[in-house]
Amino acid sequence: MNAMMIDKKDNVAVAIEPITKGETVEYKKEDTVCSLTAAEDITIYHKLAAVDIKKGEPVVKYGEHIGIAAVDIPAGSHVHTHNVENHREAL
Amino acid sequence: MEFLGYRRPDGKAGIRNKIFILPASVCASDTTRIIASQVEGAVTFNNQNGCSQVSKDQQFTMDVMAGMAANPNVYGTVVVSLGCENCQMDLVVDAIKERTNKPLKTFIIQECGGTISTIEKAVRAAKEMAQEASLLMREPIDMSELIVGTECGGSDPTSGLGANPLIGELSDRMVAMGGTSILSETTEFIGAEHILARRGATPEISQKIYDIVHRYEAALQLVGEEVREGNPSPGNKAGGLTTLEEKSLGCIHKGGHTPVNEVYDYAKPVEAKKGLVIMDTPGNDPSSVAGMVAGGAQIVVFSTGRGTPTGNAISPVIKITGNRITYQNMKDNIDIDASPVIYGPQTLEEMGDVLLKEVVEVANGKLTKAESLGYTETAIARVCNYV
Repeated sequence: MNAMMIDKKDNVAVAIEPITKGETVEYKKEDTVCSLTAAEDITIYHKLAAVDIKKGEPVVKYGEHIGIAAVDIPAGSHVHTHNVENHREAL
Repeated sequence: MEFLGYRRPDGKAGIRNKIFILPASVCASDTTRIIASQVEGAVTFNNQNGCSQVSKDQQFTMDVMAGMAANPNVYGTVVVSLGCENCQMDLVVDAIKERTNKPLKTFIIQECGGTISTIEKAVRAAKEMAQEASLLMREPIDMSELIVGTECGGSDPTSGLGANPLIGELSDRMVAMGGTSILSETTEFIGAEHILARRGATPEISQKIYDIVHRYEAALQLVGEEVREGNPSPGNKAGGLTTLEEKSLGCIHKGGHTPVNEVYDYAKPVEAKKGLVIMDTPGNDPSSVAGMVAGGAQIVVFSTGRGTPTGNAISPVIKITGNRITYQNMKDNIDIDASPVIYGPQTLEEMGDVLLKEVVEVANGKLTKAESLGYTETAIARVCNYV
Protein backbone atom coordinates (compact mmCIF):
# COMPACT_ATOMS: atom_id res chain seq x y z
CA MET A 1 0.00 0.00 0.00
CA ASN A 2 1.59 3.29 -1.05
CA ALA A 3 -1.45 5.58 -0.77
CA MET A 4 -4.45 6.07 1.47
CA MET A 5 -8.02 7.22 0.98
CA ILE A 6 -9.39 8.93 4.07
CA ASP A 7 -13.14 8.78 3.39
CA LYS A 8 -15.10 6.51 1.04
CA LYS A 9 -16.64 9.60 -0.59
CA ASP A 10 -13.19 10.93 -1.57
CA ASN A 11 -12.11 11.17 -5.22
CA VAL A 12 -8.45 11.69 -4.29
CA ALA A 13 -5.96 9.45 -2.50
CA VAL A 14 -2.85 10.62 -0.61
CA ALA A 15 0.59 9.19 -1.38
CA ILE A 16 2.11 7.75 1.81
CA GLU A 17 5.36 6.83 0.03
CA PRO A 18 7.09 8.68 -2.81
CA ILE A 19 5.43 7.45 -6.04
CA THR A 20 7.03 7.56 -9.50
CA LYS A 21 5.28 7.83 -12.87
CA GLY A 22 4.04 4.47 -14.16
CA GLU A 23 4.15 2.89 -10.71
CA THR A 24 1.08 1.03 -9.43
CA VAL A 25 -0.74 3.02 -6.76
CA GLU A 26 -2.52 0.90 -4.15
CA TYR A 27 -4.90 2.16 -1.47
CA LYS A 28 -7.74 0.79 0.60
CA LYS A 29 -11.28 2.04 0.10
CA GLU A 30 -12.94 0.76 3.25
CA ASP A 31 -11.92 -2.93 3.08
CA THR A 32 -11.28 -3.21 -0.66
CA VAL A 33 -7.82 -2.70 -2.10
CA CYS A 34 -7.98 -0.44 -5.17
CA SER A 35 -5.17 0.11 -7.64
CA LEU A 36 -4.38 2.41 -10.54
CA THR A 37 -1.30 3.64 -12.39
CA ALA A 38 0.44 6.87 -11.44
CA ALA A 39 0.25 9.27 -14.43
CA GLU A 40 3.16 11.29 -13.02
CA ASP A 41 5.53 11.46 -10.05
CA ILE A 42 3.67 12.08 -6.79
CA THR A 43 5.54 13.58 -3.83
CA ILE A 44 4.93 11.85 -0.48
CA TYR A 45 1.75 13.18 1.26
CA HIS A 46 0.56 14.87 -1.95
CA LYS A 47 -2.75 13.91 -3.56
CA LEU A 48 -3.56 12.02 -6.75
CA ALA A 49 -6.88 11.58 -8.54
CA ALA A 50 -8.40 8.20 -7.66
CA VAL A 51 -10.87 8.55 -10.54
CA ASP A 52 -11.23 10.88 -13.53
CA ILE A 53 -12.31 14.26 -12.17
CA LYS A 54 -13.99 16.52 -14.75
CA LYS A 55 -13.36 20.27 -14.90
CA GLY A 56 -15.81 22.02 -12.54
CA GLU A 57 -16.37 18.94 -10.36
CA PRO A 58 -15.58 19.13 -6.65
CA VAL A 59 -12.34 17.65 -5.35
CA VAL A 60 -13.33 15.56 -2.34
CA LYS A 61 -11.05 14.71 0.62
CA TYR A 62 -12.15 13.89 4.19
CA GLY A 63 -15.56 13.33 2.52
CA GLU A 64 -15.82 17.10 1.96
CA HIS A 65 -15.25 19.52 -0.91
CA ILE A 66 -11.76 20.99 -0.66
CA GLY A 67 -11.93 22.81 -4.04
CA ILE A 68 -13.07 22.57 -7.66
CA ALA A 69 -11.17 20.92 -10.53
CA ALA A 70 -9.86 23.79 -12.72
CA VAL A 71 -9.24 21.36 -15.63
CA ASP A 72 -10.07 17.73 -16.39
CA ILE A 73 -7.90 15.66 -14.04
CA PRO A 74 -7.37 12.08 -15.26
CA ALA A 75 -7.10 9.28 -12.68
CA GLY A 76 -3.53 8.87 -11.41
CA SER A 77 -2.62 12.56 -11.87
CA HIS A 78 -1.14 14.83 -9.23
CA VAL A 79 -3.91 16.99 -7.69
CA HIS A 80 -2.64 20.29 -6.31
CA THR A 81 -2.71 24.09 -6.73
CA HIS A 82 -2.03 23.85 -10.50
CA ASN A 83 -5.32 22.06 -11.22
CA VAL A 84 -7.59 22.90 -8.25
CA GLU A 85 -9.41 26.17 -7.65
CA ASN A 86 -10.27 27.43 -4.22
CA HIS A 87 -14.02 27.77 -3.92
CA ARG A 88 -15.76 29.04 -0.80
CA GLU A 89 -19.08 27.40 -0.28
CA ALA A 90 -22.12 28.97 1.30
CA LEU A 91 -23.82 26.97 4.04
CA MET B 1 -17.03 1.51 30.82
CA GLU B 2 -15.59 3.02 34.02
CA PHE B 3 -12.45 4.70 35.30
CA LEU B 4 -11.20 5.13 38.87
CA GLY B 5 -11.53 8.73 39.96
CA TYR B 6 -11.92 11.06 42.92
CA ARG B 7 -15.43 12.30 43.74
CA ARG B 8 -15.47 16.01 44.68
CA PRO B 9 -17.89 17.81 47.04
CA ASP B 10 -19.35 19.66 44.03
CA GLY B 11 -20.34 16.28 42.53
CA LYS B 12 -17.71 16.21 39.78
CA ALA B 13 -15.08 13.49 39.32
CA GLY B 14 -11.34 14.04 38.96
CA ILE B 15 -8.52 11.78 37.78
CA ARG B 16 -5.76 13.52 39.75
CA ASN B 17 -5.77 14.82 43.33
CA LYS B 18 -3.70 17.99 43.23
CA ILE B 19 -3.29 20.96 45.52
CA PHE B 20 -3.39 24.02 43.28
CA ILE B 21 -1.27 26.98 44.36
CA LEU B 22 -2.84 29.72 42.25
CA PRO B 23 -1.01 33.00 41.63
CA ALA B 24 -3.62 35.75 41.14
CA SER B 25 -1.11 37.73 39.08
CA VAL B 26 2.40 37.82 37.71
CA CYS B 27 3.50 39.46 40.98
CA ALA B 28 2.57 36.32 42.95
CA SER B 29 3.99 33.77 40.50
CA ASP B 30 7.48 33.40 41.98
CA THR B 31 5.96 33.07 45.44
CA THR B 32 3.62 30.27 44.33
CA ARG B 33 6.53 28.50 42.63
CA ILE B 34 8.38 28.36 45.94
CA ILE B 35 5.25 27.28 47.87
CA ALA B 36 4.43 24.49 45.39
CA SER B 37 8.01 23.21 45.51
CA GLN B 38 7.64 22.62 49.27
CA VAL B 39 4.46 20.52 49.20
CA GLU B 40 3.94 17.01 47.85
CA GLY B 41 1.25 16.94 45.15
CA ALA B 42 1.11 20.73 44.83
CA VAL B 43 1.14 22.38 41.40
CA THR B 44 1.26 25.94 40.13
CA PHE B 45 1.95 27.79 36.91
CA ASN B 46 3.60 31.01 35.86
CA ASN B 47 0.70 33.46 35.52
CA GLN B 48 1.92 36.23 33.26
CA ASN B 49 -1.32 38.22 33.67
CA GLY B 50 -3.66 39.35 36.46
CA CYS B 51 -2.91 43.05 36.23
CA SER B 52 -2.86 45.98 33.76
CA GLN B 53 -5.47 44.35 31.53
CA VAL B 54 -8.58 45.75 29.82
CA SER B 55 -11.75 44.12 31.12
CA LYS B 56 -12.26 41.60 28.27
CA ASP B 57 -8.63 40.53 28.56
CA GLN B 58 -8.83 40.30 32.36
CA GLN B 59 -11.97 38.15 31.99
CA PHE B 60 -9.94 35.48 30.13
CA THR B 61 -7.43 35.46 32.98
CA MET B 62 -10.17 35.31 35.64
CA ASP B 63 -11.93 32.45 33.83
CA VAL B 64 -8.73 30.43 33.51
CA MET B 65 -7.83 30.96 37.17
CA ALA B 66 -11.32 30.07 38.46
CA GLY B 67 -11.69 27.21 36.00
CA MET B 68 -8.36 25.62 36.87
CA ALA B 69 -9.23 25.79 40.58
CA ALA B 70 -12.64 24.24 39.83
CA ASN B 71 -11.21 21.50 37.57
CA PRO B 72 -12.09 18.19 39.27
CA ASN B 73 -8.43 17.10 39.18
CA VAL B 74 -7.86 19.67 41.96
CA TYR B 75 -8.60 18.71 45.59
CA GLY B 76 -8.29 22.26 46.86
CA THR B 77 -6.73 25.62 46.02
CA VAL B 78 -4.45 28.04 47.83
CA VAL B 79 -4.73 31.46 46.15
CA VAL B 80 -1.83 33.86 46.57
CA SER B 81 -2.15 37.46 45.42
CA LEU B 82 0.15 40.44 45.80
CA GLY B 83 -2.66 42.71 47.00
CA CYS B 84 -2.79 45.63 44.58
CA GLU B 85 -3.31 43.77 41.28
CA ASN B 86 -6.47 44.18 39.17
CA CYS B 87 -7.43 40.55 39.79
CA GLN B 88 -8.22 41.35 43.44
CA MET B 89 -8.45 38.45 45.90
CA ASP B 90 -12.20 38.92 46.52
CA LEU B 91 -12.89 38.82 42.77
CA VAL B 92 -10.83 35.64 42.35
CA VAL B 93 -12.49 33.98 45.36
CA ASP B 94 -15.98 34.90 44.09
CA ALA B 95 -15.17 33.53 40.64
CA ILE B 96 -13.92 30.24 42.13
CA LYS B 97 -16.93 29.94 44.47
CA GLU B 98 -19.29 30.44 41.54
CA ARG B 99 -17.86 27.24 40.05
CA THR B 100 -17.09 25.00 43.05
CA ASN B 101 -17.29 24.51 46.82
CA LYS B 102 -13.94 22.71 47.18
CA PRO B 103 -11.39 23.64 49.90
CA LEU B 104 -9.98 27.15 49.42
CA LYS B 105 -7.37 29.19 51.34
CA THR B 106 -6.11 32.69 50.52
CA PHE B 107 -2.97 34.70 51.28
CA ILE B 108 -2.21 38.30 50.28
CA ILE B 109 1.52 39.02 50.16
CA GLN B 110 1.22 42.73 51.06
CA GLU B 111 -0.89 41.81 54.13
CA CYS B 112 1.13 38.76 55.24
CA GLY B 113 4.37 40.70 55.70
CA GLY B 114 6.13 40.01 52.40
CA THR B 115 7.04 36.88 50.51
CA ILE B 116 8.87 34.86 53.18
CA SER B 117 6.07 35.24 55.67
CA THR B 118 3.48 34.44 52.96
CA ILE B 119 5.43 31.37 51.91
CA GLU B 120 5.53 30.10 55.50
CA LYS B 121 1.77 30.50 56.00
CA ALA B 122 0.79 29.22 52.56
CA VAL B 123 3.10 26.18 52.74
CA ARG B 124 1.51 25.21 56.07
CA ALA B 125 -2.02 25.57 54.62
CA ALA B 126 -1.11 23.67 51.46
CA LYS B 127 0.58 20.87 53.40
CA GLU B 128 -2.52 20.41 55.56
CA MET B 129 -4.64 20.30 52.41
CA ALA B 130 -2.25 17.73 50.89
CA GLN B 131 -2.65 15.50 53.95
CA GLU B 132 -6.45 15.77 53.77
CA ALA B 133 -6.34 15.02 50.04
CA SER B 134 -4.29 11.87 50.66
CA LEU B 135 -7.20 10.34 52.60
CA LEU B 136 -9.39 10.31 49.51
CA MET B 137 -9.73 6.96 47.69
CA ARG B 138 -10.34 6.43 44.00
CA GLU B 139 -13.76 4.97 43.17
CA PRO B 140 -15.36 3.62 39.96
CA ILE B 141 -16.83 6.44 37.87
CA ASP B 142 -18.71 6.09 34.60
CA MET B 143 -16.82 7.21 31.48
CA SER B 144 -19.70 9.58 30.68
CA GLU B 145 -18.31 11.91 33.38
CA LEU B 146 -15.02 12.31 31.53
CA ILE B 147 -14.43 15.50 29.51
CA VAL B 148 -11.65 15.04 26.95
CA GLY B 149 -9.94 18.12 25.48
CA THR B 150 -8.43 17.72 22.00
CA GLU B 151 -5.54 19.71 20.58
CA CYS B 152 -3.05 19.60 17.72
CA GLY B 153 0.33 21.30 17.61
CA GLY B 154 3.56 21.16 15.64
CA SER B 155 1.46 19.64 12.85
CA ASP B 156 2.85 18.01 9.70
CA PRO B 157 1.15 16.12 6.82
CA THR B 158 0.75 13.03 9.02
CA SER B 159 -1.41 14.97 11.52
CA GLY B 160 -4.36 15.20 9.13
CA LEU B 161 -3.86 11.63 7.86
CA GLY B 162 -3.21 9.66 11.02
CA ALA B 163 -3.17 11.39 14.40
CA ASN B 164 -6.19 13.69 14.01
CA PRO B 165 -8.46 11.00 12.50
CA LEU B 166 -7.44 8.79 15.47
CA ILE B 167 -8.42 11.56 17.92
CA GLY B 168 -11.68 11.85 15.94
CA GLU B 169 -12.25 8.12 16.49
CA LEU B 170 -11.69 8.63 20.24
CA SER B 171 -14.05 11.60 20.15
CA ASP B 172 -16.79 9.50 18.52
CA ARG B 173 -16.30 6.80 21.16
CA MET B 174 -16.46 9.30 24.03
CA VAL B 175 -19.72 10.63 22.59
CA ALA B 176 -21.10 7.07 22.17
CA MET B 177 -20.30 6.40 25.86
CA GLY B 178 -22.25 9.51 26.85
CA GLY B 179 -19.14 11.56 27.63
CA THR B 180 -17.78 14.83 26.28
CA SER B 181 -15.13 15.75 23.73
CA ILE B 182 -14.00 19.34 23.19
CA LEU B 183 -12.86 20.49 19.75
CA SER B 184 -10.73 23.63 20.12
CA GLU B 185 -8.53 26.07 18.13
CA THR B 186 -10.86 28.49 16.34
CA THR B 187 -8.09 29.83 14.10
CA GLU B 188 -7.83 26.36 12.62
CA PHE B 189 -11.53 26.17 11.73
CA ILE B 190 -11.08 29.09 9.32
CA GLY B 191 -11.78 27.87 5.78
CA ALA B 192 -13.78 24.89 6.98
CA GLU B 193 -16.21 26.79 9.21
CA HIS B 194 -19.07 26.18 6.75
CA ILE B 195 -18.41 22.43 6.95
CA LEU B 196 -18.21 22.51 10.74
CA ALA B 197 -21.32 24.73 10.92
CA ARG B 198 -23.30 22.07 9.01
CA ARG B 199 -22.69 19.82 12.02
CA GLY B 200 -24.32 22.18 14.53
CA ALA B 201 -27.10 20.34 16.39
CA THR B 202 -29.36 23.42 16.03
CA PRO B 203 -29.36 26.48 13.73
CA GLU B 204 -28.28 28.57 16.76
CA ILE B 205 -25.20 26.40 17.31
CA SER B 206 -24.32 26.56 13.59
CA GLN B 207 -24.56 30.36 13.79
CA LYS B 208 -22.35 30.38 16.90
CA ILE B 209 -19.68 28.47 14.97
CA TYR B 210 -19.70 31.20 12.29
CA ASP B 211 -19.75 33.88 14.99
CA ILE B 212 -16.63 32.69 16.83
CA VAL B 213 -14.71 32.41 13.54
CA HIS B 214 -15.76 35.89 12.41
CA ARG B 215 -15.03 37.37 15.84
CA TYR B 216 -11.55 35.87 15.82
CA GLU B 217 -10.84 37.14 12.30
CA ALA B 218 -12.12 40.62 13.27
CA ALA B 219 -9.85 40.68 16.34
CA LEU B 220 -6.81 39.88 14.20
CA GLN B 221 -7.86 42.44 11.57
CA LEU B 222 -7.62 45.12 14.29
CA VAL B 223 -3.87 44.62 14.20
CA GLY B 224 -3.79 44.31 10.41
CA GLU B 225 -3.70 40.52 10.08
CA GLU B 226 -5.70 38.67 7.42
CA VAL B 227 -5.70 34.97 8.32
CA ARG B 228 -7.03 33.82 4.95
CA GLU B 229 -4.26 35.57 3.00
CA GLY B 230 -1.21 33.43 2.34
CA ASN B 231 -2.88 30.44 3.98
CA PRO B 232 -2.14 27.59 3.33
CA SER B 233 1.46 28.77 3.71
CA PRO B 234 4.16 27.91 1.16
CA GLY B 235 5.35 25.26 3.65
CA ASN B 236 1.84 23.78 3.85
CA LYS B 237 1.66 23.67 0.04
CA ALA B 238 5.06 22.01 -0.23
CA GLY B 239 3.70 19.42 2.22
CA GLY B 240 0.79 18.69 -0.12
CA LEU B 241 -2.01 20.92 1.20
CA THR B 242 -3.82 22.62 -1.69
CA THR B 243 -6.56 24.77 -0.11
CA LEU B 244 -7.42 26.32 3.26
CA GLU B 245 -10.51 24.05 3.39
CA GLU B 246 -8.22 21.03 3.16
CA LYS B 247 -5.84 22.32 5.84
CA SER B 248 -8.66 23.13 8.28
CA LEU B 249 -10.44 19.81 7.60
CA GLY B 250 -7.31 18.02 8.79
CA CYS B 251 -7.56 19.91 12.10
CA ILE B 252 -11.30 19.58 12.66
CA HIS B 253 -11.05 15.82 12.09
CA LYS B 254 -10.20 15.70 15.82
CA GLY B 255 -13.91 16.31 16.39
CA GLY B 256 -14.91 13.00 14.77
CA HIS B 257 -18.26 12.70 13.06
CA THR B 258 -20.97 13.54 15.60
CA PRO B 259 -23.10 16.73 15.81
CA VAL B 260 -21.73 19.77 17.66
CA ASN B 261 -23.97 20.19 20.71
CA GLU B 262 -22.60 23.45 22.16
CA VAL B 263 -20.13 26.25 21.55
CA TYR B 264 -18.38 27.62 24.64
CA ASP B 265 -16.44 30.84 25.00
CA TYR B 266 -12.82 30.56 26.13
CA ALA B 267 -12.37 28.88 29.55
CA LYS B 268 -16.10 28.87 30.36
CA PRO B 269 -17.48 25.84 32.28
CA VAL B 270 -18.24 22.86 30.02
CA GLU B 271 -21.12 20.60 31.00
CA ALA B 272 -20.37 16.89 31.34
CA LYS B 273 -22.31 14.31 29.25
CA LYS B 274 -22.68 16.86 26.47
CA GLY B 275 -21.28 14.90 23.51
CA LEU B 276 -19.10 16.84 21.05
CA VAL B 277 -18.69 20.52 21.89
CA ILE B 278 -16.51 23.38 20.64
CA MET B 279 -14.51 25.83 22.72
CA ASP B 280 -13.34 29.12 21.18
CA THR B 281 -9.58 28.95 21.83
CA PRO B 282 -6.43 30.13 20.04
CA GLY B 283 -4.31 27.77 17.94
CA ASN B 284 -1.51 28.44 20.46
CA ASP B 285 -1.22 25.13 22.31
CA PRO B 286 -0.57 25.95 26.00
CA SER B 287 -3.29 28.62 26.05
CA SER B 288 -5.81 26.46 24.17
CA VAL B 289 -5.14 23.55 26.54
CA ALA B 290 -5.47 25.89 29.54
CA GLY B 291 -8.87 27.07 28.25
CA MET B 292 -10.18 23.50 28.00
CA VAL B 293 -8.72 22.51 31.38
CA ALA B 294 -10.39 25.59 32.88
CA GLY B 295 -13.59 24.41 31.18
CA GLY B 296 -13.29 21.18 33.15
CA ALA B 297 -11.41 18.78 30.85
CA GLN B 298 -9.83 16.19 33.15
CA ILE B 299 -7.66 14.85 30.32
CA VAL B 300 -6.26 16.20 27.04
CA VAL B 301 -5.34 14.26 23.89
CA PHE B 302 -2.81 16.12 21.78
CA SER B 303 -1.65 15.25 18.25
CA THR B 304 1.71 16.36 16.92
CA GLY B 305 3.65 15.86 13.72
CA ARG B 306 6.99 17.41 14.58
CA GLY B 307 6.79 16.48 18.28
CA THR B 308 6.09 18.82 21.21
CA PRO B 309 6.67 18.45 24.96
CA THR B 310 3.45 20.24 26.15
CA GLY B 311 2.02 19.24 29.51
CA ASN B 312 -0.36 20.97 31.90
CA ALA B 313 -0.31 21.62 35.65
CA ILE B 314 -3.82 20.27 36.27
CA SER B 315 -4.74 17.74 33.57
CA PRO B 316 -2.64 14.99 31.99
CA VAL B 317 -1.84 15.50 28.29
CA ILE B 318 -1.55 12.34 26.15
CA LYS B 319 0.64 13.00 23.12
CA ILE B 320 0.17 11.08 19.87
CA THR B 321 1.87 11.34 16.48
CA GLY B 322 1.14 9.90 13.05
CA ASN B 323 4.79 10.38 12.08
CA ARG B 324 6.77 7.20 12.83
CA ILE B 325 10.12 9.03 12.49
CA THR B 326 9.01 11.67 15.02
CA TYR B 327 7.85 8.92 17.39
CA GLN B 328 11.28 7.27 17.30
CA ASN B 329 12.98 10.66 17.61
CA MET B 330 10.80 11.97 20.47
CA LYS B 331 9.92 8.75 22.34
CA ASP B 332 10.58 10.49 25.67
CA ASN B 333 7.77 12.95 24.94
CA ILE B 334 5.19 11.10 22.84
CA ASP B 335 2.87 8.51 24.35
CA ILE B 336 1.34 6.84 21.29
CA ASP B 337 2.59 6.05 17.80
CA ALA B 338 -0.48 6.57 15.59
CA SER B 339 1.38 5.86 12.34
CA PRO B 340 -0.36 2.45 11.91
CA VAL B 341 -3.48 4.48 11.00
CA ILE B 342 -1.55 5.43 7.85
CA TYR B 343 0.81 2.50 7.34
CA GLY B 344 -0.90 -0.42 9.09
CA PRO B 345 -0.92 -3.15 10.17
CA GLN B 346 -3.60 -1.96 12.64
CA THR B 347 -6.78 -0.29 11.39
CA LEU B 348 -8.15 3.05 12.62
CA GLU B 349 -10.63 1.10 14.74
CA GLU B 350 -7.90 -1.06 16.30
CA MET B 351 -5.81 2.04 17.03
CA GLY B 352 -8.98 3.56 18.54
CA ASP B 353 -8.96 0.65 21.02
CA VAL B 354 -5.30 1.39 21.84
CA LEU B 355 -5.95 5.11 22.42
CA LEU B 356 -9.09 4.51 24.48
CA LYS B 357 -7.20 2.00 26.66
CA GLU B 358 -4.48 4.63 27.19
CA VAL B 359 -7.10 7.25 28.13
CA VAL B 360 -8.62 4.89 30.72
CA GLU B 361 -5.19 3.93 32.12
CA VAL B 362 -4.17 7.59 32.41
CA ALA B 363 -7.54 8.38 34.01
CA ASN B 364 -6.84 5.57 36.52
CA GLY B 365 -3.53 7.17 37.45
CA LYS B 366 -0.89 6.17 34.89
CA LEU B 367 1.46 9.11 34.35
CA THR B 368 1.70 10.49 30.81
CA LYS B 369 5.21 11.13 29.46
CA ALA B 370 4.72 14.89 29.98
CA GLU B 371 3.66 14.26 33.60
CA SER B 372 6.57 11.93 34.25
CA LEU B 373 8.88 14.75 33.13
CA GLY B 374 7.05 17.24 35.35
CA TYR B 375 5.97 19.38 32.39
CA THR B 376 3.29 21.93 33.26
CA GLU B 377 3.71 24.77 30.75
CA THR B 378 0.59 26.91 30.82
CA ALA B 379 -0.41 30.11 29.04
CA ILE B 380 -3.57 32.22 29.08
CA ALA B 381 -5.14 33.59 25.89
CA ARG B 382 -5.04 37.38 25.44
CA VAL B 383 -7.40 39.85 23.80
CA CYS B 384 -4.86 42.65 23.33
CA ASN B 385 -1.74 44.26 24.76
CA TYR B 386 -1.45 45.30 28.43
CA VAL B 387 -2.58 48.74 29.50
